[in-house]
Amino acid sequence: MSRIKNAFLNGKAFISFVTGGYPDLETTKELIVAMEEAGADLIEIGIPFSDPIAEGAVIQEANERALSSGCTTDKLFDAIKEVREKVTVPLVFLTYINPIYTYGKERFFKRCVECGIDGIIVPDLPFEERDELKEECKQYQVESISLIAPTSKERIRTIASQAEGFIYCVSSLGVTGVRTEIKTDISSMISMVREVTDTPCAVGFGISTPEQAKDFAALADGAIVGSAIVKIVTQYGKESIKPVKAYVKEMKTAVGEA
Amino acid sequence: MNAVNELEEAYDHYKNNPEFVAELDDLYKNYAGRPSLLYYAEKMTKDLGGAKIYLKREDLNHTGSHKINNVLGQVLLAKKMGKKRVIAETGAGQHGVATATAAALMGLECEIFMGKEDTDRQVLNVYRMELLGAKVHPVTSGTQTLKDAVNETMREWTKRVEDTHYVLGSVMGPHPFPTIVRDFQKIIGKEIKDQLNEKEGRLPDAVIACVGGGSNAMGAFYEFIEDRTVQLIGCEAAGLGVDNPKNAATIANGTEGIFHGMKSLFCQDEYGQIAPVYSISAGLDYPGIGPEHAMLYKTGRASYVPVTDEEAVRAFEYLSRTEGIIPAIESAHAVAYARKLAPEMDRDKIIVINVSGRGDKDVAAIARYRGIKIYE
Repeated sequence: MSRIKNAFLNGKAFISFVTGGYPDLETTKELIVAMEEAGADLIEIGIPFSDPIAEGAVIQEANERALSSGCTTDKLFDAIKEVREKVTVPLVFLTYINPIYTYGKERFFKRCVECGIDGIIVPDLPFEERDELKEECKQYQVESISLIAPTSKERIRTIASQAEGFIYCVSSLGVTGVRTEIKTDISSMISMVREVTDTPCAVGFGISTPEQAKDFAALADGAIVGSAIVKIVTQYGKESIKPVKAYVKEMKTAVGEA
Repeated sequence: MNAVNELEEAYDHYKNNPEFVAELDDLYKNYAGRPSLLYYAEKMTKDLGGAKIYLKREDLNHTGSHKINNVLGQVLLAKKMGKKRVIAETGAGQHGVATATAAALMGLECEIFMGKEDTDRQVLNVYRMELLGAKVHPVTSGTQTLKDAVNETMREWTKRVEDTHYVLGSVMGPHPFPTIVRDFQKIIGKEIKDQLNEKEGRLPDAVIACVGGGSNAMGAFYEFIEDRTVQLIGCEAAGLGVDNPKNAATIANGTEGIFHGMKSLFCQDEYGQIAPVYSISAGLDYPGIGPEHAMLYKTGRASYVPVTDEEAVRAFEYLSRTEGIIPAIESAHAVAYARKLAPEMDRDKIIVINVSGRGDKDVAAIARYRGIKIYE
């Protein structure tokens, strides 16, 4: 069984996200270690991209600042390789297709393996275009995580039936970012998934409070939080290790109660 | 993804539907003022002393550019699809103005996304869109230009897709947009062919058009792709020069990538970070090029040449003085290259320049370029 699926074996999973190199790579490394200690079951690391079209304002700004402070895909790989020796939690990259394509697909995935990356999420690579990375993912055993959105409708079953790792269930229309209210009928999305696969489902986009995390984890197998964490990093910068750790702990506890 | 699938289905249904085609033809003829003129630029021809020069006058269309061709088609399609609202990106504001116009005509809500830098460069067009009932959102992310306006419009579309159509303005983005936009623009080349045949009884030797995303060029070229004797030349914005970082010449400097839903050429760094491109012309200030242009380039069927800000500004002034036609600064890039090419060609050769838009919107910016402090 893959390390990603293992993350869902001990009850509901809490998945946390950080933008790589924001505010700097040292902090990213410390944040990953701290988040694991606080109970994160899987950690997503954003490879900064100039045009992150699936992201809301908070993570867009984190991407811009990571790049302007000199973070590159290579430097991030080096940092992840170091931190991999300290953590056992599954690590998943979130990035866009162009940074992978331009880096060279083969070269990119080789480095993923070297650095102990378990999976990859590419929001601008729709399911219908998955062949673009299929071969490399298979060869290097990096799982490609599929997203399903409320608008995916009849595509949900098709996507879910071929899913790897876990299914990223998008809670709301639009881009990432904290929302006070989420109206989507998540349970009907999840039940469509359940008709065709046992692959775990985690809900993300818009979640920030322990209550939201608990509610969504109850409907699915886990909850994903990104913008709320990046917001703390924006507020505290290099001093964000402690507050992020406390936040992840609180969220993990909430998810555990689901 | 569902949205583009739905769009493809609808487009396949309507594109050959006689009623849809007749409605669009009527709009082209009675609203946009098509066919646009093919004008023999006699003074320019004599002055350059080489090939005969014709100007395809897309600047005479309603709203002042070729953008209306695509927009009327897409907004009509959106209406047939039952959409209540259209959104669009814009660079110079021409596509935004055209979209706002078509939305006003067909009774749809309209919101336009425009880079903050461009809303400053094109103040009049912003007000024009508002006058037409559209809401204009200045985009403050990234480089605050066309690329970021596209990002933001894509984000907006994912937020509200059920009742909204994204009127993409160029032959770019995810399928089926490059096909749809090309189909609605190919009327330019068709008319050139017919009109020139009537006047000269033959095909042109070269068709020249400016290229940002590439919609006016694709519109002008498409009809001639199979006519191998016709040279197809796209003029890219080289800004301060192709070797200067401040340019937007994608064919000259770009590498293959996948961005904005298309595999094509992009100005980018070794890590696939999209480059902050630059051109005096907001409409050509885009780091990519439509995938069909990349293909025409790759196969050698079309060639692409860089034209600098300075050359474009000189051509802007030249056409104004020589023919009494003020072209858009975008179109002036094509005029600039024609000035180099025509004298090298024999007098029995024929060049058609696609004057994709009119230059009223650029007057203040060109004045400032020349050191005259005029503000709109």
